[in-house]
Amino acid sequence: MAAASASAFAASAAFSKPSSFTRSSPIQNPNPLSSTFKLPFPTNSPNYFFKPLKTSLNRPQFSTPSASSADAATVESSATTFHGLCYVIGDNIDTDQIIPAEYLTLVPSKPDEYEKLGSYALIGLPASYQTRFVEPGSTKTKYSIVIGGDNFGCGSSREHAPVALGASGVVAVVAESYARIFFRNSVATGEVYPVESEGRLCDECKTGDVVTIELGEKGNDGDKLINHTSGREYKLKPIGDAGPVIEAGGIFAYARKTGMIPTRA
Amino acid sequence: MASSTVTPNSSILSDKKDVGFSAFRSQPSFPFSTHISKQRVCKKIVSVMAPQQSERKPSTTGAVKTGMTMTEKILARTSEKLHLSPGENVWVNVDVLMTHDVCGPGAIGIFKKEFGQNAKVWDREKVVIIPDHYIFTTDERANRNVDILRDFCSEQNIKYFYDIKDLGNFKANPDYKGVCHVALAQEGHCRPGEVLLGTDSHTCTAGAFGQFATGIGNTDAGFVLGAGKLLLKVPPTLRFVMDGEMPDYLLAKDLILQIIGEISVAGATYKAMEFVGSTIESLTMEERMTLCNMVIEAGGKNGVVPADTTTFNYLQDKTSVPYEPVYSDGQARFLSEYRFDISKLEPLVAKPHSPDNRALARECKDVKIDRVYIGSCTGGKTEDFMAAAKVFLASGKKVKVPTFLVPATQKVWMDVYSLPVPGSGGKTCSQIFEEAGCDTPASPSCGACLGGPRDTYARMNEPKVCVSTTNRNFPGRMGHKEGEIYLASPYTAAASALTGFVTDPREFLQ
Repeated sequence: MAAASASAFAASAAFSKPSSFTRSSPIQNPNPLSSTFKLPFPTNSPNYFFKPLKTSLNRPQFSTPSASSADAATVESSATTFHGLCYVIGDNIDTDQIIPAEYLTLVPSKPDEYEKLGSYALIGLPASYQTRFVEPGSTKTKYSIVIGGDNFGCGSSREHAPVALGASGVVAVVAESYARIFFRNSVATGEVYPVESEGRLCDECKTGDVVTIELGEKGNDGDKLINHTSGREYKLKPIGDAGPVIEAGGIFAYARKTGMIPTRA
Repeated sequence: MASSTVTPNSSILSDKKDVGFSAFRSQPSFPFSTHISKQRVCKKIVSVMAPQQSERKPSTTGAVKTGMTMTEKILARTSEKLHLSPGENVWVNVDVLMTHDVCGPGAIGIFKKEFGQNAKVWDREKVVIIPDHYIFTTDERANRNVDILRDFCSEQNIKYFYDIKDLGNFKANPDYKGVCHVALAQEGHCRPGEVLLGTDSHTCTAGAFGQFATGIGNTDAGFVLGAGKLLLKVPPTLRFVMDGEMPDYLLAKDLILQIIGEISVAGATYKAMEFVGSTIESLTMEERMTLCNMVIEAGGKNGVVPADTTTFNYLQDKTSVPYEPVYSDGQARFLSEYRFDISKLEPLVAKPHSPDNRALARECKDVKIDRVYIGSCTGGKTEDFMAAAKVFLASGKKVKVPTFLVPATQKVWMDVYSLPVPGSGGKTCSQIFEEAGCDTPASPSCGACLGGPRDTYARMNEPKVCVSTTNRNFPGRMGHKEGEIYLASPYTAAASALTGFVTDPREFLQ
């Protein structure tokens, strides 16, 4: 059983969307577990039970000709899968908690300051959150998925918030609902997938659980989050047309990719 | 939710779905209702209760098939459409784009990256750049960010740039304004019927002028800088009808804390909030700004107050740009309607750590406080300081806790030092503040409302308890994560300063 699970997991990692790992500012994630999923040959930890991921196995392996020459890890598929440890927070996490105002002197469009923003992601959480999101001295988190409750990202319109999360290595946030500006900034920058859950996953998951998010194509059994640690599976709301925008790397990249605006000279 | 924990005054509000106004339900527990106000409100209710526009046969009029709200109308005009409904996505032409020192450099970076190093902004007269967040600090990166704005404005020949160079003495900078949302109004950039976008969530303040105003991120702002337009979704509108004479111990801050407490910090997410009624009509422009300022604290996309003679008089000497106010049609559709009798409302606070954690000020009278802060786009305008001075004057006492005063703009600072406070025999706010033992009014900026760099004046560097006229009290907002912030009106803030506890201003104003 364990061997079968591990191979299923390897397959899912191999067919993961490359997009989440090719940001405008490349991320070198030092975390061994998380970086595993970027490689064609993941090394699995025997401590975790991984549920077979049928949907990803049934998917066509090559959907675009351009990807045919690439190795398995960069194959494009019509669905997006993220895998990693989750960090769980509650309701009304405002952008001051995601990135406190004292760090807003960092300008996200400057690459070195972008990296620094990552190191301060979620540093504004109260002391009741005993597990640090980013270890002191590091610029990256080992939690590539953040799970929140209601009204995630409320408060200030600072784009530094999704940027800090993205820069720290987060690929997706799963929350019950989002504040409008945070959702929009996440899509516009392509920094993180703001995915809505059907229920309150922040009550169902614990920080450190191993989870997989599958954002499927239309017509299959829908988007879901699988918690491998608890062995439970949850429905997610479809991300819709925002998905391709984030996948492309934000509105400008998407508009160029789809021919809405001319390619830069 | 936190909002449901406070019930004593929830009878002041009711929802259309809830069969009209609570005074209808002859509640013996309703403490303040009077026969007169019942009758007056009942009359108004009849029209509200009867609408059911869906049953009206469209063919009976021919002219207007479906009414629009004022938010829908503004977006229709600026997207060059005849008619819009909530949920439609439209490209909207932007009348004014505002940015500041915290988000401007990032927006400029995106603009240059995406449109080219030599690209020009779409309209140099429609971009307004206001350094205001981190000004009076030795933080080098903060100072650099203002330099980035200056270089960009000179390169692009931006018409409205409110620069500051001499940080030692703000008065040596005639162009410097201070807090962007207050400066925008003061300088005539807020005009009815227009679309104002800004890289700050409190851009919604300008809805007070009957315009569509909302906050956007750096990337969207970078796009607007180059293209002059943005794809926006038309929001449905929640309508807030506020009637009744406002008691003289209440301010607009109490009204918006009441609303947020009722609908929660996510109650208006993706929605427009329209404020109407006799109470709203009686509010000054600055008070309407306070009301619209905190729309974002309910998650709202924008807030609007219909323009009227108060608006036009305010604008008279501030802008020569022609503008066209729009108003919600009689048949406009609102997602829901909330009614308040303001004459029954009591002074409120929002307890830590959420703006919807509403309580009556008098219920918190045992909460000992360490300091009071009066400032920000929400509570740092001229009338906010006048209100605080009125309480100090009425009491004749000295403050018991450090009281920090940060005028929003240079003009507000001048007013604090020059305008006579009514009933004081010609004293200015600054004189009254000095007599009361307050800290000397500081240089105008966003100050400690959002914490900011460590050396920011009045920043909460220790876990203190603060009564503040600002807008947010999430953990860490004013600097320290364990700090506790009670959001309140300037009246309540001043009264609390005098006692050292959260205090209902009626203790001094009656």
